[in-house]
Amino acid sequence: MSNLDTLLQILSWTLIISGSFFVVVGAIGMLRFPDFWARLHAASVTESGGVILLLAGMCIQAGLTLITVKLMIIGLFLFITGPTSTHAVANAALVSGLRPKSLATHPNSAEIESEKEIDA
Amino acid sequence: MIYTIAILAILIAMALVLIRLIKGPTLYDRVLAVNSFGTHTVLLIGVVGFWNGRPDFLDIALLYALINFVGTIAILKFFRYRAIGDVMWSPPQQDEER
Repeated sequence: MSNLDTLLQILSWTLIISGSFFVVVGAIGMLRFPDFWARLHAASVTESGGVILLLAGMCIQAGLTLITVKLMIIGLFLFITGPTSTHAVANAALVSGLRPKSLATHPNSAEIESEKEIDA
Repeated sequence: MIYTIAILAILIAMALVLIRLIKGPTLYDRVLAVNSFGTHTVLLIGVVGFWNGRPDFLDIALLYALINFVGTIAILKFFRYRAIGDVMWSPPQQDEER
């Protein structure tokens, strides 16, 4: 293979590996973080880091074809809806009274209920 | 070969998110886990398409991303207003602070 191909191959492999690394790290964060609000951050790690890196790696593998256009569309759409849905979940939780744990121990925080069972 | 690593990583991540889905104390943890699981499915469809050399399933991945977003918003709207369709304007409850 010409060295441009090997360069592209190496680049896409590193992108895919780092993308899957971010996906796994985000999922571990979703599992281990103590509070809903911390898990929001972990979920958006996979949404942003994992998605963009994986799709970029696949785009390089696919070269300049229709598949890259589809991948770009998927990436654009996930780029728009990821933060939006995370914001919607956070807003719904805030409106329903869920407060971060650290805020709960804050001296002047009004109601001290963070992880209480909210069956809404 | 590289795609098998990516597929395994995504499957592990899906399993972890499923555990969070079951354990999640509050409703919003579960909604977040479902949303994250949907994104993992989109990635899995894309990577599996590349893995067996037939990346035609990307349309399905795009469709799934659309539906996943709408589903998350529908769940949140239902638990907020007790109705998805005709939502009368309800005065904000007193305990909501902005």
